[in-house]
Amino acid sequence: MNRPHHQSAWSWWYLLFVIQYVFVLWPPLYNRVEPSLGGIPFFYWYQLLWVIIGAILTAIVYFATEAKHTSAGS
Amino acid sequence: MHDINWIAFAVFVLLFALITWLGFAAANWRKGDLDLLHEWGLGGRRFGTVITWFLIGGDLYTAYTFIAVPALAFGAGAVAFFAVPYTIVIYPILFLVFPRLWHVCHKHGYITAGDFVRGRFGNRWLALAITVTGIIATMPYIALQLVGIQVVVGALGISGTGLASDLPLIIAFVILAAFTYSSGLRAPASIAIVKDILIYITAFAVIIAVPIQLGGFAKIFSAIPESKLLLATPGPNTTGAYSAYATLALGSALALFLYPHSLTGILSASGGHAIRRNAALLPGYSFLLGLLALIGFFALAAGLDKLPEFAAGFKEFGNNFAVPALILHSFPSWFVGVAFAAIGIGALVPAAIMSIAAANLYTRNIHREFINKSPTDKQEAQMAKWVSLIVKFGALVFIIFIPTKFAIFLQLLGGIWIIQTLPSIMLGVYTRWFDDWALLVGWVVGIITGTAMAIAVDLSPTYPLALLGHSFPGYIALYTVILNLVVAVVLTPLFKGMRAAHPPVDQTVTSDYFA
Repeated sequence: MNRPHHQSAWSWWYLLFVIQYVFVLWPPLYNRVEPSLGGIPFFYWYQLLWVIIGAILTAIVYFATEAKHTSAGS
Repeated sequence: MHDINWIAFAVFVLLFALITWLGFAAANWRKGDLDLLHEWGLGGRRFGTVITWFLIGGDLYTAYTFIAVPALAFGAGAVAFFAVPYTIVIYPILFLVFPRLWHVCHKHGYITAGDFVRGRFGNRWLALAITVTGIIATMPYIALQLVGIQVVVGALGISGTGLASDLPLIIAFVILAAFTYSSGLRAPASIAIVKDILIYITAFAVIIAVPIQLGGFAKIFSAIPESKLLLATPGPNTTGAYSAYATLALGSALALFLYPHSLTGILSASGGHAIRRNAALLPGYSFLLGLLALIGFFALAAGLDKLPEFAAGFKEFGNNFAVPALILHSFPSWFVGVAFAAIGIGALVPAAIMSIAAANLYTRNIHREFINKSPTDKQEAQMAKWVSLIVKFGALVFIIFIPTKFAIFLQLLGGIWIIQTLPSIMLGVYTRWFDDWALLVGWVVGIITGTAMAIAVDLSPTYPLALLGHSFPGYIALYTVILNLVVAVVLTPLFKGMRAAHPPVDQTVTSDYFA
């Protein structure tokens, strides 16, 4: 390849990050008790669930952009 | 306090002895020449994904976090849970920004943020501002780790009068200082593994056993007063608790990786891949932190502050006693020893990394820049080792002689100060557009306004910003870094115009920022 691999280039996959920002930084979305889960109010289990969703989204971005780097680099 | 809990104490001492040995043995781990600053202070930049996970985890989720977040839930309720969105939003930042910083630092042998800013902007005064901010913000953080140790030592029933009462703390710190001096970053990296295993065991034991003892989550949450269960719904013309909650989460997230100790953890990774992978793996700790916040509610539901045997502890340590009290209340003595050791060791790991980070900053960006301009490698590493001792000793003196609340206030101000380095570091990684003096003026404006706002609200983190008849309570750090940025953006074209004859210097080139 003539061009350097663009580890720094913009990727549309990064937009996935925006999703978690919106869903966890807008408290009116989740500041309530019902529906509760196993006795835990919505406020708490919703945010804990987003920890897991956020990790999955980050992993998706990692694999999507890493694959691109590898193919561009080889 | 009353009788010493001997079984718990024995387990505690045994585990401390184990990590002391580990800390010294670590000098030979992935052996490098510890007379070089990047070997002593960054572990030779050789830590892969797994060690980096433990190291950054041990760095960010400190003993103080594990005591203070549940304590905040215990005292103030739902607002303490801001720690969860906070740890969610940090990882995209880690993923996007910090691999770039790692690459440029690796390429040019930079060890600190000050090194990077010096190289990127060619302005030693801007680099000095970044350095001093880093050191000052780190000091109270180290002191607060000691509070974590104080609380568990007190909960073990060890007490005394005068200087004797601080003896356990002094012993812990002598141990810490000695292995940090001899092994550098390798010591906290290896101890972090033991610490995390203990913390995970403790957290899961609490999260499983205590709800069973208390009759289930439904029963626990029904015992929480209405006012603590959710954020207060904002009244008319204000965004109330909602904007406070969201800005605290976002502002804390932006500040986190600017702290010198976070950066030390990141720069010691073996590559950009290890950092990006960790952005997806580190949420394992966020989940743990969320569970730990709930522990504050367990303590509340169990009514621990009303039990006579814990009255003295709550009187001495306030809400910070909630977690130790819950552990004492719910578990057999031997497990109390394990749990308290987890918290105590959880204080030593970040304290070690913080003192190393502060030492690196002083050595590279103050001593070498202003005092001895051409030290040998060995002199440089030796200087950092001495400074790491001084920093820890300073924190120890601080916590013994000055009330804890001042450390907490300074820690709060530290967050507001450290975020003012964001334009130079995090945006500097992307662009050289900013003028260095404009960045410095922005930094000054941010520090002064932030400090003034914090004082105006009696040193609480949020300020009710009034705008067009509405009130927007929000995290001072976030408000003032925006102001800082606006100042830098407005002044950059002005300053550039004034000194067009001297084009700015930049040691780095675009290709330095990726693999």
